[in-house]
Amino acid sequence: MTNPSATQADAMITLTHVEKWYGAFKALHDVTMSVHQGEKIVLCGPSGSGKSTLIRCINSLEPHQKGEIRVDGIVLGPNAKAIDAIRREVGMVFQQFNLFPHLTVLENCMLAPMRALGLAKSEAESRARALLERVKIAEQAAKYPAQLSGGQQQRVAIARALCMQPKVMLFDEPTSALDPEMVKEVLDTMIGLAEDGMTMICVTHEMGFARQVADRVIFMADGAIVEQAPPAEFFSNPAHERTRKFLGEILNH
Amino acid sequence: MDYQLDFTPVIDGLPDLLLGCLGTFLLAICGMLLAIVIGIGGVILRTSPYKAARWAMIGFVEVIRNTPFLVQIFFLYFALPLAGLRLDPTPTAIIALGINGGAYAIEIIRGGVQSISKGQMEAGLALGLHKAQVFRFIILKPALRAIFPSLTSQFVLLTLTSSVASAISAYELTAVSQRIESDSFRSFEVYFTVTAFYLVISWLMMRLFAFFSARYFAYPVK
Amino acid sequence: MGTDEFVFLLTGLKWTVILSAIAFVCGCLGGLAVALARTSGIKLLERATAAYIGVFQGTPLLMQLFVVYYGLALVGFKIDAWVAVATGLTLHASAYLGEIWRGSIEAVPRGQTEAAKALSLKYVSRMRDVILPQALRVSLPATIGFLVQLIKGTSLASIVGFTELTRAGNMISNQIFQPLTVFGIVGLMYFLLCCPLTIFGAHLERRFAASAR
Repeated sequence: MTNPSATQADAMITLTHVEKWYGAFKALHDVTMSVHQGEKIVLCGPSGSGKSTLIRCINSLEPHQKGEIRVDGIVLGPNAKAIDAIRREVGMVFQQFNLFPHLTVLENCMLAPMRALGLAKSEAESRARALLERVKIAEQAAKYPAQLSGGQQQRVAIARALCMQPKVMLFDEPTSALDPEMVKEVLDTMIGLAEDGMTMICVTHEMGFARQVADRVIFMADGAIVEQAPPAEFFSNPAHERTRKFLGEILNH
Repeated sequence: MDYQLDFTPVIDGLPDLLLGCLGTFLLAICGMLLAIVIGIGGVILRTSPYKAARWAMIGFVEVIRNTPFLVQIFFLYFALPLAGLRLDPTPTAIIALGINGGAYAIEIIRGGVQSISKGQMEAGLALGLHKAQVFRFIILKPALRAIFPSLTSQFVLLTLTSSVASAISAYELTAVSQRIESDSFRSFEVYFTVTAFYLVISWLMMRLFAFFSARYFAYPVK
Repeated sequence: MGTDEFVFLLTGLKWTVILSAIAFVCGCLGGLAVALARTSGIKLLERATAAYIGVFQGTPLLMQLFVVYYGLALVGFKIDAWVAVATGLTLHASAYLGEIWRGSIEAVPRGQTEAAKALSLKYVSRMRDVILPQALRVSLPATIGFLVQLIKGTSLASIVGFTELTRAGNMISNQIFQPLTVFGIVGLMYFLLCCPLTIFGAHLERRFAASAR
C-alpha cells in the first residue's frame, strides 16, 4: 500500500510499515495507516490482536523496531527530544485510569502543565478548573482519586490529558474497567470531545460509540490491520470472514 | 527474699543516664541518615544495568543480613584503623549502624519502588514528563508511603540495636548503665530502669514517625 | 590461626546452634500461647499479651538478657549463664513469634471462622483444624526470618558471659591478635548458618505469592 503525498500532507498521524517484537513474539505486522486532523478512529479486534500495542507505540510507551511513526510532522525515533515533543501533543487515557493517588483531582490536572510545559501555577489551575468543568466534575476538584467512583476517575483522567492541550487523544479501552452503569458518563464525555473536533484514536469494544462517532473503524487481528471502513459499511457489510466472526461474537452476547 | 532493692545509685546516676539517652538518640539518628543514604545509593546500584554492581549489592545485603551486628561492629572496629581511619568508638558505631541499617533499607526501598504500578509511570510519561520528574512527583511519595511502616520498624530496631555499640564502648545509654552497674553492683535495679528508658525512647521514635507519616502521607487510598 | 583455635571456634558454633534451637523451640511454644491469648477475645488476656509484646519489641535484646540474668539471681535462682540466656531468648522469641502469628491468625478470612462455627466446631477444633494450619502456613517466611534474627541474637549471650561463637571468637582474637581473621571466620560461620535459612524463607515467600495470584 502506498501513501499518496496528498494524504501525507494533512495527516496528523502516519504509520508506515511499523513492526514490533516482544522478544521472539511479533506483536505488530507491517502496520500502515494514517489519521487526518479531526478524524475519529475506532480500533477493535480480539484480545491480543495488537490494538493496545499499536496506540502505545504512537506515544512511545512501547518502542517499535521497524518502520516510521510520524505525529504532526515529527518523526518518532530513539532521540528523546522527538519523544518529548510527541508526548506533549498526544494525550492518553488508560483502562485503569492511572490517576496519581497522592494528588487531589485538581493537582492531578495541574502537574504536567506546570512541570512539562512550565505553566505558572495560576494559569495551570484556571486551565484545570475549566477542563474539570467541561467533563462535569468541577465540584470534586479538592478530592483524592480514591474518593471518586470509577466513572468519575476516568472523566478526571480525560480532563488531565486535555490540560496539556493535545492535538490527538488516544483512548486505551477507557470503559473496560468500569461498572456498566458508569460506561455512559465516560462515553458521553468522549462524544462531546469528538463533536468539538478532536482527533481521536479509541481502542474500544463499544460498538454503539463506534457507530455514532467514528469516521472509520479499523479491525485488527494477530498484529495486523485486517480491514478498515466507515462504520455504516463496516457493520453492514464486513469484507473478511475474521471480521464477521468477531462482530458476531461481540454483537450477540 | 533477703535482698533489698536499692535504687539510690540509679537516682544518683540519673544525669549520666539522661546524657546516655542523648548519646543513643545521636547514634540512632546519625545511623539512620547514613542508612538512608546507603539505601538509596544501594537501590540505584541494585537496579542498574551493570551486572557487577547488582551482584555486589546482593552480596552486601546478604552478608549483612546473615551475620550478627556484634560481629560486624567488632570487625569494623579492627578493620577501620587498618584502612587508615582512626576513629573514636562513637563514630565507628555510627558507621556500623549505618551499614547495617543500609542493607535492610536497600531491600525495603526496592520493594517500595516495585510496589508502584507500571501504569503510574506510563501515565506520567504519556503526560510528557521526564523520567526524573516522574520519579520525583509521581513515584516517590506513594513509594515512601508504602514502605513507611517497614522503614519505621527497621529504624526502631536500629535504635535498639545501638545498645550493642556498648561492646566497643561507644557513648550511649547501655555503656553508661554498665559503668553505673560496675560501680554500684546494683545490677538489676540499673538494668531494669534502663530497660524502661529504652521503652520510652522507642515509643518516642514511633510517635515521631507516626507524626511525620500523618503529616506527609495523609491521602486516602482504596 | 592453628587447628586448636579453629576447633575452639567450632565448639562455640555448636553452642550457638544449641542455644538457638532451645530458644526457638521454647519460643514457638510460648509464641503460640501468646498469639492465642492475643486473639482470644478476652480483654484482659489481650491487653496483657499486647503489653508483653510491646515491652519486648520496644527494648534492646541485650537489656532483656541483663534483666533476666540479674533478675533470676535476685529471686534466688542460682543458675548457670546459659540457663539465664536461654530463658531470656525464649521470652524474647515468644513475644516476636506471638506477634507474627497474631497477624497471620487475623489475616485468615472471617468467613473461615464463621464456616467452622456453622459446622458447630468448638474453639480447640476451630483453631487446630481450620485457622492455625492456614495461619502458620502463611507466616512461615516471617517465622524463618525471625529464626535468622534469633540466631544472630544469640551472639549477645557473649556479653553476659556465655561462651558461644562470638565469645569464642573474642577469646581467640585476644590470644592470637588477628582480630580481622578471627572475626572474618566467625562472621562466615554465622553466614553459613543463616544464609540457607534466608534463601529458604525467600523461596517460600515467592511460592506463596505466586499461588496467591
